[in-house]
Amino acid sequence: MATLKVPVTAEDHAQGPASADVTLVEYGDYECPYCGQAYPIVQEVQKQFGKRLRLVFRNFPLSEMHPHAEAAAEVAEFAGAQGKFWEMHDKLYENQARLGEELYFDLADKLKLSSTALRQALEQRTFEARVRADFKGGVRSGVNGTPTFFINGHRHDGSFDFETLVSAIHQAMGTPKSASGKLKPRIFAKSGSS
Amino acid sequence: MAQSSASHVVPIQSVGVLPAGAVAPNFTLRATPDQTLTLSDLLGRPVILAFYPADWSPVCGDQMALYSEILPEFRKFGAELLGVSVDGAWCHDAFAQNRHLHFPLLADFEPKGAVAHQYGAYRAADGVCERALFVIDKKGIIAWSYCSPIAVNPGADGILQALEDLPK
Repeated sequence: MATLKVPVTAEDHAQGPASADVTLVEYGDYECPYCGQAYPIVQEVQKQFGKRLRLVFRNFPLSEMHPHAEAAAEVAEFAGAQGKFWEMHDKLYENQARLGEELYFDLADKLKLSSTALRQALEQRTFEARVRADFKGGVRSGVNGTPTFFINGHRHDGSFDFETLVSAIHQAMGTPKSASGKLKPRIFAKSGSS
Repeated sequence: MAQSSASHVVPIQSVGVLPAGAVAPNFTLRATPDQTLTLSDLLGRPVILAFYPADWSPVCGDQMALYSEILPEFRKFGAELLGVSVDGAWCHDAFAQNRHLHFPLLADFEPKGAVAHQYGAYRAADGVCERALFVIDKKGIIAWSYCSPIAVNPGADGILQALEDLPK
């Protein structure tokens, strides 16, 4: 079974306490439609568990498929360097259909981030190394598409619909819930839709 | 008393993929509608052989698209990546273009699945290849193999580990 090879540290973007029972790590791509589908589901899951769950987001841009994914990841990291990672992360997913420079500067404005600094960061690829490091760590951990979730370090191979995620998290907590997680029915790949 | 004929029973399913230490069966398969590729031509460098069930699996979780993204990591080891399925060369061609794949997809098309069969990676019940991975060393010996549950894209961690473990 694939396991997380890069442990969660203070460098990670996390929501929820480090002492949480369960850490859910998501490797995601801002342009991936399945990640877009997963975004509100993950928020519901967070609501469900409150402080018992810590969410960590790491970048896994599939640039061959998604021409905007890398820049969007760098924009989120830029915001993160100024303490606004999650605000930017959320807005990028909420505006997934509009990814592109216009949106990035618009969002920077809304979050009161300097557009000059953003332009510089994008031109100089200031956050490329961080995004790349996330990607490589993901590959080493067996990330096999986006989104890929790890629950307490173990890759979640089931679907990411609400019921299945909640049930898998309960299991990791040692409090199995009656709702059984369903395996994705198709034989042709792991991927997002359920 | 006549003995039972158990020893004559023909297995209907392969018993598993070829293990590490086995010689990688040589083959020549179509890489494009008008070109073929022969495994032994690649002796001298490691080869990653990735059997997969079918072209056109769902977009973001697609194993071949993932490997194409990771290609630079494989190339650091001087390794050559080959995808193999029972789809025909024209199908592969369209699939590779659509998914921006930058490595050969081989058509194990006629006789169907013959190469997959030799590697123990044919799924007779479904008529497709298993999701099976092989890392072949520069001498043509299988250094690592893995057959993933068909519904689970195995990612690339095992491949990278196997490449790293190859003798320098």
